[in-house]
Amino acid sequence: MNDNVFVWLNDPQNWAGTRFTAGIVDQIVAHLWYTVIGLVIAFVIGFPLGLVLGHSGRAGWLVSLANGLRSLPAVGLLILLYVVVSPLITGRGDLVYLVPTEIVLVLLALPAILANTYAGVRNVEPAARDAAHGMGMTERQVLLQVELPNALPLIFSGVRSATLQVIATATIAAYVGLGGLGRFIYDGLASHRFGEMAGGAVLVAALALLVDLTLALVQRYTVSPGVTGRFSRRATRADSRTAAVTEQVASEAATD
Amino acid sequence: MNLAAGTSPWDLFGYFADHRAAVLHLFWEHVWLSVMPVVLGLAISLPLGYLARRSRWVYAPAVSVTGLLYTIPSLALFLIMPTLLGTRILNPLNVVAALTVYTVALLVRVVADGLGAVPDDVAQSATAMGLTRTQRLRRVELPLAVPVIAAGLRVATVANMSLVAIAGTIGIPELGQLFITGFQLSVNGPYYPPILLGILLCVLLALVLDVLIVLGARLLTPWQRVTAAR
Repeated sequence: MNDNVFVWLNDPQNWAGTRFTAGIVDQIVAHLWYTVIGLVIAFVIGFPLGLVLGHSGRAGWLVSLANGLRSLPAVGLLILLYVVVSPLITGRGDLVYLVPTEIVLVLLALPAILANTYAGVRNVEPAARDAAHGMGMTERQVLLQVELPNALPLIFSGVRSATLQVIATATIAAYVGLGGLGRFIYDGLASHRFGEMAGGAVLVAALALLVDLTLALVQRYTVSPGVTGRFSRRATRADSRTAAVTEQVASEAATD
Repeated sequence: MNLAAGTSPWDLFGYFADHRAAVLHLFWEHVWLSVMPVVLGLAISLPLGYLARRSRWVYAPAVSVTGLLYTIPSLALFLIMPTLLGTRILNPLNVVAALTVYTVALLVRVVADGLGAVPDDVAQSATAMGLTRTQRLRRVELPLAVPVIAAGLRVATVANMSLVAIAGTIGIPELGQLFITGFQLSVNGPYYPPILLGILLCVLLALVLDVLIVLGARLLTPWQRVTAAR
């Protein structure tokens, strides 16, 4: 009875790896790298674009288009891009797997970041915006000193849901051949080592929870208490992972 | 199941014609696997959301626990489910259970907030007219919350559509199987038909279900058309 999650997770050799196989530590680092690369690219595109579009109130269709991307199945997109891109990349190494995966990760992360930044800036109370203009602030100052701090909770929930989606999809990327924690899942499944498979699943879940927790902490210390209402008596808008979705639901209900 | 290549690498409809029965079988499996969790999830979320609405002591834990469940990547949840349920790894029930968890995670909050969004004066006039608490819930609060709940259902359904396809990579038959087939057939040069067909059917299914939910919500809220026409 050596094929057990606990046995697998407790074996130091599985963590360190051998000269020929990557250990758990290596794969966690790899998984985080894939996640960070995809998120940073999506953020660099989505965040400024969302700020500018939200401030000017123009090109809402672009946001709807980004939202439409959500109905595409991630696995299908991943495999399609892999099949399209892989013949174009020659040479050894992980690049053949990495490039299509990162494209998919960016495509998945972009809608959440863009739409939430846009909605966050749009939803700033007009009174606050008018007051800022009345005080003689320039457009730039209004955006960065009034709209951005007020939009932060929504932006954070966008980034958090994008992060979760990226971590989940990076796991699937192991199916086409990339590293990361999904490696254990698919390798274990293929060779009937169920301890390894379940161990991989547990590690991915733990990684997702930890990363989300970290982002929640960052959110707690960056978002102004005046915005979250943390010190007011009606502190009902505590952050939650489903907040992004709920906001989206609310905006959809409003437009219907 | 025979999904072998046969047509040219671009002939989408030729591929479909060749494998009609197999593809349709996968399609219906996909429908079942993605609709069932939404139905179950709604059935669980309505009472849970109501409880969360009634008491703050249920709301905070319900929202945070379900939020926590929402962070678990789907592939991991599909594979952890057998341990919790005692099912076999390739049992489609794992997928149904996992997606039900996600649907509940999303809908509990939506239901609670939707019920909470009923204006105070409306709830009070219902009480003043002599409605009991249950009658008020069934005849006033729930109908008024329908648009919000429907919007939540739309999000959950579209999300499930994509998540079900992921189960294909661990060998559960549904449209994800087409992606796997395309991947395997592309070893010696790209072979697009199964992949494109899979994406097309997924998006189509998401669209149809979306329209059905919107229509259902419209039927349940006839007064909205009246106010819109005014």
